Amino acid sequence: MCQVDEEYNGQLEHRVTPRVSKKCVKCKENTAVLIIRAGDAFCRGCFKEYFIHKFRAMLGKNRVIFPGEKVLLAVSGGPASSSMLSQVQEGLSRDAPKKLRFVPGIIYIDEGGASGQSMEERERAVAQLESVFRATNYHYHIVHLEQVLSLPSSVLEAGSSATEKPQTGSSYKAAVDQFIQTKKNQHPDFSVENAQSHLSSLSMQKVENGVTSPITPEHTQALQRLFASVRTLTAKEDLLYTLRQHLILHTARTQGYTKVMMGDSCSRLAIKLLSNISLGRGASLATDTGFSDPRYGDVVIVRPMRDYSSKEIAYYNRMFDIPSVFIPGLDTKAQDKASIQHLTESFVTKLQTDFPSTVSGGAVMVWGCVTGRHPPPSCITIPAGSS
Amino acid sequence: MPVLCSSCAEKRAVLKRPKTAHSLCKECFFWAFEEEVHQTIVSAQLFKHGETVGIGASGGKDSTVLAHVMKVLNERYNYGLKLLLLSVDEGITGYRDDSLETVKRNQQQYELPLKIVSYEELYGWTMDAIVKQVGLKNNCTFCGVFRRQALDRGAMMLKVDKICTGHNADDVAETVLMNVLRGDIARLRRCTAISTASEGEGVVPRCKPLKYAYEKEIVLYAYFKKLDYFSTECIYSPNAYRGHARTFLKDLEAVRPSAIMDVIHSGENLSVREGVKMPVQGTCGRCGYISSQALCKSCVLLEGLNRGLPRLGIGKHHRLHEKILSQQPLTQEEERKLKAVDF
Repeated sequence: MCQVDEEYNGQLEHRVTPRVSKKCVKCKENTAVLIIRAGDAFCRGCFKEYFIHKFRAMLGKNRVIFPGEKVLLAVSGGPASSSMLSQVQEGLSRDAPKKLRFVPGIIYIDEGGASGQSMEERERAVAQLESVFRATNYHYHIVHLEQVLSLPSSVLEAGSSATEKPQTGSSYKAAVDQFIQTKKNQHPDFSVENAQSHLSSLSMQKVENGVTSPITPEHTQALQRLFASVRTLTAKEDLLYTLRQHLILHTARTQGYTKVMMGDSCSRLAIKLLSNISLGRGASLATDTGFSDPRYGDVVIVRPMRDYSSKEIAYYNRMFDIPSVFIPGLDTKAQDKASIQHLTESFVTKLQTDFPSTVSGGAVMVWGCVTGRHPPPSCITIPAGSS
Repeated sequence: MPVLCSSCAEKRAVLKRPKTAHSLCKECFFWAFEEEVHQTIVSAQLFKHGETVGIGASGGKDSTVLAHVMKVLNERYNYGLKLLLLSVDEGITGYRDDSLETVKRNQQQYELPLKIVSYEELYGWTMDAIVKQVGLKNNCTFCGVFRRQALDRGAMMLKVDKICTGHNADDVAETVLMNVLRGDIARLRRCTAISTASEGEGVVPRCKPLKYAYEKEIVLYAYFKKLDYFSTECIYSPNAYRGHARTFLKDLEAVRPSAIMDVIHSGENLSVREGVKMPVQGTCGRCGYISSQALCKSCVLLEGLNRGLPRLGIGKHHRLHEKILSQQPLTQEEERKLKAVDF
């Protein structure tokens, strides 16, 4: 070995090996613990800052949440929605700079009846989640999917928006003023401070957890019959999604929530985008996967986790101990080609490893540019080049 | 109990239609296929009486079926069109020279005049030489861009009013998926159009009469009609990005056969928010072909090839157009970026 070095000393080239321990690209002091996107290494502290900042920036940039508004957080127990819950807690906590100001509530939909879980498993999952919800001190609702069968048909109609929607030109301030005005008219002595104290007094009492009627085995069987009548897994997943949306909407309307926050991450939305295209739903792409979905009129659905990839969420949850509960769904352990949604999921995740910008770059650009308004039913000739 | 045709209920069914899963006999399937293409042509008003139409013929299954069906429908419904075959020779040995023989046979079988244009005579480069310089990735860009222009040039030489190509439903669906995955808004808007713009000098409009025909049905049609076609893949295609979209689409079709039409439908109904910058159609500074930039893509690609900077056409390079037009030399930095990637 020594001989080799001596003989070829001058001729051997040294290959520059990439350094494994890098410095954080932001603070340039601490060692990096993880890599985001295409090579940005962050240390623990900077990553936390980056994560929290993204959430606040998302809400701040698209100004749709008014102060004092009641917002329903749809938590499924999975990592993304649990992360969203912790971000909301973080943002509303007293010591946060520029505290977020809205009144949160939590909803969890127990779908065990549709995915064939036993009552014990469902109760166990619900108990785990309840302990997480109680720790937040927010009002929470636990709704079983069986209740969708007894919803009034009015849930299908889009309500008129509570405030006169100002045109896009006018400012956010005007919209907030209008909102507060409407609220004042409804409750003469209502104010933001009152809302906060009202909320805390609520949590002192026994929190009503929204199970209005206990479910009976007949309900569960009726639900299972409904799902069994749908032949393909693709259609079943679609049906489940629709029923879930209706339940959340109904709860929001009856409990007075005007906004709903869904925890869909960037990766989940990219998959949804592609599956919707494959299902023929190109026209509603913007509202299905965009930041806000105003189609229901009085309740607006927002997706603040839209810019987080599932990798970032997983790392954050692990590093900062965010509790989440895994609950098996309809397509857990299904084969790749069992349904269009499942197939799309495996396709996007595989493509993401080869072309890292698929989820964030390609799909996001499409969302940013596509609008919900589509042209009147046109004949096949769409003259290209005409705007 | 043999399965009867679900359309005429007289003859035995010999195949199951991929589009609708109906069991059909041969004649009913032919009739259904041809009728659907006829409906596509009529409802989109693709042709006018007395026009000269060039059929882009590569010798493959799509263009052979297209030529056959166009001839049949032209006679059956009196379109009054003058049809001729237009073929492009890219210079890929083992692929294109064999398929060109098939086209020559087609010319005799269908009794249609034929014109062949080659990359060698138009640009001075064959695809084999291009791949040697560029490498195995990104060469579909060269082939596609050059072929579009070659078709247009050939059409102008023959004084053709319209070109029709054999793009089928699977092709259009793959293009929609590919453009979504790459975030290409401009192309996404245009790719589902059944025919291209028809105004402007030096532009021959192109249309896709087979836009709603499944690839599997085209194969079935060609097989049962015993049409003569060339069925090998381009040797450079396995490395293309389109392959990913294609595999995905094939899997989708296996789950739900109507998914192909659903994807096309989604693509047609997408619309773009105002304020998003769309490319504007102009002309190329050097050759006068239509272009949305200062230089048309094929001029940029050719320039790159001739200077030994093959990556000049790949990626963003708008700022270099002015330099190329005015024949300024590129800086060291720019040249380094544009050379071929070493394997």
